[in-house]
Amino acid sequence: MSGGVDSSVAAALVVEQGHDVIGLSMQLYDQSDGERTFGSCCTLDDLHDARRVARTLGIPHYIVNLERQFDEHVVSNFVREYAAGRTPIPCARCNSDLKFSTLLTRARGFGADVVATGHYARLDRDPGTARHLLRRSLDPDKDQSYFLFSLSQDQLAHALFPVGDWSKDDVREYARRRGLLVADKPDSQEICFIPDHDYATFVATHSPEAARAHGEIIDTAGRVVGRHDGIHRFTVGQRKGLGLSRSPGGQPVYVLSLNPVEQQVIVGPKALLEKTTLTASEVNWMIAEPSGPLEVTAQIRHRHRPADATLTALGDRRAQLVFDAPQVAVTPGQAVVFYQEDVVVGGGWID
Amino acid sequence: MNGSLMRVYFDYNATTPLAPPVIEAVVRATHDLFGNPSSVHYFGQQAKALIDEARSAVATLLNGDPSEVVFTSGGTESDNFAIRGAAEALEPTGRRHLIASSIEHEAVLNTFKALARRGWRTTLLPVDQTGIIAPDRLREVISDDTAIVSIMHANNEIGTVQPVAELARLAHERGAIVHTDAVQSVGKIPVDVRALGIDLLSLSAHKFNGPKGAGALWIKRGTRMQPILTGGRHERNRRAGTENVPAIAGMGTAAALAGAKIAAEGARLGALRDRLEAGILKTVPGSAVNGALQPRVPNTSNISFDRVEAESLLIALDLEGIAVSTGSACSSGTLEPSHVLRAMGLPAHRTQNSLRFSLGLFSTDAEVDRVVETLPRLVEKLRGLTRKAG
Repeated sequence: MSGGVDSSVAAALVVEQGHDVIGLSMQLYDQSDGERTFGSCCTLDDLHDARRVARTLGIPHYIVNLERQFDEHVVSNFVREYAAGRTPIPCARCNSDLKFSTLLTRARGFGADVVATGHYARLDRDPGTARHLLRRSLDPDKDQSYFLFSLSQDQLAHALFPVGDWSKDDVREYARRRGLLVADKPDSQEICFIPDHDYATFVATHSPEAARAHGEIIDTAGRVVGRHDGIHRFTVGQRKGLGLSRSPGGQPVYVLSLNPVEQQVIVGPKALLEKTTLTASEVNWMIAEPSGPLEVTAQIRHRHRPADATLTALGDRRAQLVFDAPQVAVTPGQAVVFYQEDVVVGGGWID
Repeated sequence: MNGSLMRVYFDYNATTPLAPPVIEAVVRATHDLFGNPSSVHYFGQQAKALIDEARSAVATLLNGDPSEVVFTSGGTESDNFAIRGAAEALEPTGRRHLIASSIEHEAVLNTFKALARRGWRTTLLPVDQTGIIAPDRLREVISDDTAIVSIMHANNEIGTVQPVAELARLAHERGAIVHTDAVQSVGKIPVDVRALGIDLLSLSAHKFNGPKGAGALWIKRGTRMQPILTGGRHERNRRAGTENVPAIAGMGTAAALAGAKIAAEGARLGALRDRLEAGILKTVPGSAVNGALQPRVPNTSNISFDRVEAESLLIALDLEGIAVSTGSACSSGTLEPSHVLRAMGLPAHRTQNSLRFSLGLFSTDAEVDRVVETLPRLVEKLRGLTRKAG
């Protein structure tokens, strides 16, 4: 229970369904310095809201201190990835390494069987193989299956997504009817631990190395066209913040790739941003790992229109994807999630 | 949740239920004696008489004089008043050094931090694994620059009783004044301000079956103090604000009750606590008591459980209806690692794996049995999960 309307309604629904429910909120940051509200979610106010909702629902509520685990699994990973020239997705890590891992273990410790969350996603079983499957939510605009791609079979077996079948509007309406004070609370839009979207400052604060880093901006021919103060300030496809307006030819210039070893930002025209293939690591297979090529639609960012592609497992938890049409800004560190219809086939981290 | 759950409350050090005569006193004061004690008329006089009675009862409990008792809103305010009020009064002396133990309650520690920000020099005395301050530690750091020494009488987490009388003697030799936070000892063990030889003592009603919202600072006659709550002339100009008559009335009744049975109740609780402790140590492998076994207040037992997260065990126990605690809570309601256990130099795993059991007026043998029966099963389950998770 984050204190938001989705997890509040999820809690209300499982109570309504007759389950024995305990509300848990995660404490992810040190709240003792009361002045600093760390980010947009899970602040003291949010924990307070979660507690109030639990009271309305008549369920016990506990706050579980996962500061250390959050720092280890989510924040440190985030900083390392940026420093290494990759663009991470902390929310996906939080799901697999915290919510459905540490939190699930804690919950089982006091007798719970399942963790229900306010995620927009749906669970299913494959009738043939009995494997647990993940599907997109009913509300296509809110679908969060992209962030849940790395859940294992065991984790899926102990998960529940009560609002997966609901539209956001219906969720808010239900919250109002049920008298939950968070019915009209705005959704948090940014990464929960980065206030004001300022990733660069966050990374520099947490990595003295990154703070000191600087290097050259070069074009594809290797010519130096500018300088930068750390590759962590950039992501593939970025246009702003380069300190250059156009290439000598007059075209707009984009980040094509980042070289952490040489601390270089490689820029070029938009055409070079398009890629047809990618490889992924740490692939999680929701279906049984396919032996041959598979036709899928693949999503390389949360807000990316899934594109047709052919997927081939390479073994060793790696996979290759060949898109039917070139895709813009294939970004190392992001997740690539493979779908068939609305079913998640699997996903991995883009190399 | 299960409606027939037998609830066991073993968190008396956090707060205590009101004794029935205390409830009566509070209700009566609320209902009948609503006057402002500062008013000249009949209604004021009635209310004033009530708080004077309470003042006497508190003074008697401490072996002090009623004129030395100042009512506050509780232990935290008393600690703030003692330290800030004395520090301000002592500023003209030029002394700039304050000493406390490292195992004080946050009300003392954070007040020290606040004064440090205003230029006071502060020292926290280290403690060893017994959880008892050795007087040598004070000798090592006290000087003619020391204005105040603040050492709690009994520690709220582990229950150990500090050698306050000896520490007070030492402090007086160097001309410092002595404060003791006796919030956890008053009502549990005899507390005699003359025998202890201190200058200031804090206490809080809701720790000895009195209501929340009332406490007192005992100020030895002649001790220079500046008020921290300024305004009207209440409490002989020492603490402004209309007195919380119902809570103070309750505190008086609670003080009288506590004083009357301190020996008998101490013996009863000591026996219950010892049986609980022995039972747990025997039935749960990898459990150990934190801190010295004596001298301790009779109701407290702080136990570490190997390979178990205290937070998880706490929640598991609560779901079984058993209420205990660990270190102090933080503002979000989750648990910080105990600064007391850390200060004692316990290894990290014991600071995260410890629970405090604290008994009191309504605790029974049946409740002790229930806890001893339930705990091994819960600990085993949690350990099993940790093993699996690897």
